[in-house]
Amino acid sequence: MRSLVFSTAILALGAVSASAGQGGPNPDDWASVLEDARGETVYFNAWGGSQNINAYIEWAGAELKERYGVTLRHVKLEDTASAVATVVAEKAAGRDESGTVDLIWINGENFAAMKRQGLLLSPGWAEKLPNWAYVDVENKPTIRTDFTVPVEGLESPWGMAKLVFFYDSARTQVHTLPQDADSLLKWAKKNPGRFSYPQPPDFIGTSFLKQVLAETVENPEMLQVPVDEDTFDQVTRPLFDYLDALNPVMWRSGRAYPQNYPAMKQLLADSELDIIFAFNPAEASNAIANGELPDTVRSFTFPEGTLSNTHFLTIPYNATAKAGALVTANFFLSPEAQARKQDPARWGDPTVLALDKLEPEERARFDAIDLGVATLRPDELGPALDEPHPSWMERIETEWKRRYGVGN
Amino acid sequence: MLTRLGPILAIGLLTVPVLFGLAGTILPAFGYLPALGGTSFNLAPFQRLFAEPAIFMSALMSLAAGLVTAAFSLLTVMLFTAAWGGTRIFVRIQHLLSPLLSVPHAATAFALAFLIAPSGLIARMISPELTGWQRPPDLLIIHDPLGLSMMAGLIVKEIPFLLLVTLAALPQVKPARMRALIASMGYGRISGFVFGLWPSIYPQIRLPVFAVIAFATSVVDVAAILGPTTPAPLAVRLVNWMNDPDLSMRFLASAGAILQLGVTAAAVVIWIGLERIGARVRERLACAGRRFRRDGVLRLGALAVMLASAGAIFAGMTALALWSVAGLWQYPDVLPARFELRNWMRVLPNLMEPLATTLSVALVSTVIAVVIAILCFAREDQTARPPGRGALTVLYLPLLVPQVAFLFGLQLLFILAGMEATWTALVFAHLVFVLPYAWLSLRDPWRAFDRRYDQIAAGLGKGPVRRFFIIRLPMLARPLLAVAAIGFSVSIGLYLPTVLVGAGRLTTITTEAVALASGGNRRVIGIYAFMQMLLPAAGFAVATIVPALIFRRYRDMHV
Amino acid sequence: MTDTGLFIDGVAITLEGREILSLTRKVAPGEVLTVMGPSGAGKSTLLAYIGGVLDSVFSTTGRVFVDGVDVTALKPEDRHMGVLFQDPLLFPHMSVGGNLMFALPEAVRGRAKRAAHVAHALEGVGLAGLENRDPATLSGGQKARVALARVLVSSPRALLLDEPFSKLDADLRAQTRELVFSKARDSGLPVLLVTHDEADAEAACGDIVRIGA
Repeated sequence: MRSLVFSTAILALGAVSASAGQGGPNPDDWASVLEDARGETVYFNAWGGSQNINAYIEWAGAELKERYGVTLRHVKLEDTASAVATVVAEKAAGRDESGTVDLIWINGENFAAMKRQGLLLSPGWAEKLPNWAYVDVENKPTIRTDFTVPVEGLESPWGMAKLVFFYDSARTQVHTLPQDADSLLKWAKKNPGRFSYPQPPDFIGTSFLKQVLAETVENPEMLQVPVDEDTFDQVTRPLFDYLDALNPVMWRSGRAYPQNYPAMKQLLADSELDIIFAFNPAEASNAIANGELPDTVRSFTFPEGTLSNTHFLTIPYNATAKAGALVTANFFLSPEAQARKQDPARWGDPTVLALDKLEPEERARFDAIDLGVATLRPDELGPALDEPHPSWMERIETEWKRRYGVGN
Repeated sequence: MLTRLGPILAIGLLTVPVLFGLAGTILPAFGYLPALGGTSFNLAPFQRLFAEPAIFMSALMSLAAGLVTAAFSLLTVMLFTAAWGGTRIFVRIQHLLSPLLSVPHAATAFALAFLIAPSGLIARMISPELTGWQRPPDLLIIHDPLGLSMMAGLIVKEIPFLLLVTLAALPQVKPARMRALIASMGYGRISGFVFGLWPSIYPQIRLPVFAVIAFATSVVDVAAILGPTTPAPLAVRLVNWMNDPDLSMRFLASAGAILQLGVTAAAVVIWIGLERIGARVRERLACAGRRFRRDGVLRLGALAVMLASAGAIFAGMTALALWSVAGLWQYPDVLPARFELRNWMRVLPNLMEPLATTLSVALVSTVIAVVIAILCFAREDQTARPPGRGALTVLYLPLLVPQVAFLFGLQLLFILAGMEATWTALVFAHLVFVLPYAWLSLRDPWRAFDRRYDQIAAGLGKGPVRRFFIIRLPMLARPLLAVAAIGFSVSIGLYLPTVLVGAGRLTTITTEAVALASGGNRRVIGIYAFMQMLLPAAGFAVATIVPALIFRRYRDMHV
Repeated sequence: MTDTGLFIDGVAITLEGREILSLTRKVAPGEVLTVMGPSGAGKSTLLAYIGGVLDSVFSTTGRVFVDGVDVTALKPEDRHMGVLFQDPLLFPHMSVGGNLMFALPEAVRGRAKRAAHVAHALEGVGLAGLENRDPATLSGGQKARVALARVLVSSPRALLLDEPFSKLDADLRAQTRELVFSKARDSGLPVLLVTHDEADAEAACGDIVRIGA
């Protein structure tokens, strides 16, 4: 389902002529960008699995139409990789202009792959957007380094993500909560069957593996560079020792896994699991508001830090509506759009902006947001751990599948 | 003559997609698919396939699922018919058949999951009072590595199907008289049936049994909902590969589909061996004159399994309906703390498009299938030649060949024809599966029609067209609408053909529901599965109410 | 061939090389030819052949004429052979009047005129005013008479009777038999009666052919 859409592209596009790419719009001349954008339709390829997020994108579409005459079409994806594959297929078929993808919600290995293969609109444009002035580059290093890959203005930051744990305070005492991966293992041994993680390659599940890897690796520097096959076993030995120890005390003794975060959320509600985690700090408040979790659920993070990253918007090199895509990216970066996005009632995604760079009235929008009982304030979220290089993710997923994914 | 088209269309529709689809799967399996750069034949896809971790484990799981499902369902049906045929309980169960059959596989699987999960309805009903479970027990029930839940999900759905085909075969063996005759020789109910009647019934339901094996060895939706995940059964892994953004995975998927074909064939071969052994054991016991008069436990057992499988579907459906309107519903509460329509309000806007696709595809494919079936039977009336065994096998072809094995190729053909993910292609794909059911379920009512009515009308000077539209069509309105309702429910339940041909752009209630399965959002699943159940039920309601209204003045037109 | 009535001219029916029956007979208008024989002798096969609805597994020779017209090659609906079976076989989804309306030739035009025809036909079998009844609510004898009215109103050229009285009670049978034969006589229809009941044959007062014995 994910990607059959683009199979047309590669199978049917064989004969499109490969003319030289045209000169894109110049973001330094914003007035002309706005002019070019008017009347364009932007095909925004973004994960479509959440009602809240889809509604938010719909709102943005209405605003863009009214203010800039840009029509936003949300192409709902199940997996961002299929948007990448579409652009790959178009390039292979010689379709170097008027591509079918204008804007992609992206980060990590998908960004790395597109950058490596020269599939992105260049030169860097993100830092030339008018709203870039508000971006918190000083305190949020992941805005300029996406999974260790330098961003170089090839994608515009959209929101922040941080690994946050949830528990039900009605069942679990706050002082018993684990403080890091090691104490999580001890906790799991004391509470067998009450912890699990989504089955990799689910994104949240793999993130948990990376969290443990980042905490247990002897030399964290190793993770900032691509995997070296010669040392892979040695570097990841602590991780897999940890998982070997965790497996028997996990939910269903590690013989089955929740398939993704929503499944894990249901298991917390059913009191099958006691500790779950997500990449969006507002998830728990959201679920309480929707009646999916009891209002006794609370959040916590590790004092020594949890995995953190930024997600972005990027424009393929062959996009049809480049100016429209730039205007859309800039709008999504505006204090207004960012504040709305941070509201748990809408989405609950932490902003990429620095509040002290904003005008007072813009800052007031953020101050007015009710984060909800279960959401930690930004200063309670704890330190950020860097994402490893994207190659690690792929490699530990394969290794995980070999060890745990095929039964005993 | 128009009727001449009937058999041609039917044979074409049933064989061409299957054969071309198989070809479209076999070529990439051996590395040939020029559009993706495969221009020579090689065994690389198979080498890659056999290098996949635990691939034989997956294959074995599929094989076991097929055999266990078929054996357990068939035994239940045989023993139940033997023990209770001709009784009031039997008639009651017969009345439950239509609703049970109309529930799509995926909805049944969800229903079962909502029932038997450690936090499911059964655990909630008996906890904590009986079990002491203050919290759901850490038991691996859903997705268990042996696939028992998956087999249970298949069994509860296949029992009604096999019971239906057994019921169709039953009258020809004159069960009441034979039963009395054999009882007079002092045989027990069950042994008398198995020795005396079953040998003439079984050959008539053999193809449906093979269809059950083929389906259970290659099922995707039920396996995704209830089946093991470490590793998943073969067909589930194949579909994941097929849908991988990395197009080169299609070679692997196609090779896997060929393996699937082999697994299904192996299951059928093993089954034929089991048939022989079973027949030999029966003959030996019958020749020894063993009466087995004390079969009370077995009789009760058969009834218990039958009731449990029907009850599971109905109870599970109740659980689904409850979840769809549930607010917060914590373990071990038997009922939600609050009921609310908010879930429905939120899902409804997203439901509309798949609902429109579901309904339009189901209606159109059903109408076409019923028309073709009518043409076939009209042609049969003209030539006075009923179709032979070969024709029947053709009819079962789409049900006997594992779906993945030819749908992969069929999808590829649609892409090459520029027809992928079009509504027309989807109707066509559904037709392949709806037609056999339309034909099979129209056969008996059509043949039961008293052809002397036709002769009388001819004697009154009426030509064939008027005889058909004024006499036969209205007189067969009720069975025809019932056939349409069956076709409609088949179309609604189709998962794999919709996923592959719809390519994610055309979605139905069923594909949406299965896509949601992994998310575990019980409220949303409840809504989709409830709709899955509601639509066929609505179809059967229309099929019952409309003729009753039109012919309300005419007593003999009522059942 | 200017003869009126039904002429069965050298008809022979064989199944897989075995001859089932062969017959040459004339039936004058208003007369009844009774064909008798045990069950399975091919009586109904003869009727099916003359009606034009014989299964193609049979092979046949000979010809059938009605009022001098060769109908052997005609479609059943063009032969106008009225049929009565042992069951009345009234169309269950039509009223009594609807059954007759369906049978009435199209040539009778105009709603009032057609209704009058139907009313007259019902009157003729002693069932005046029953147009709106559901056939299922009639008694056995009434059904048989509606079936007779239905076949008569269609203006047939001949009547083919396939044991039409065998399911009726003894006194009802005599009564119905009398009605059918008198109606056929009045309308000047040649009648072919197939039966195994000697009383039927006697009452028919016509030639009797015995086959298959």
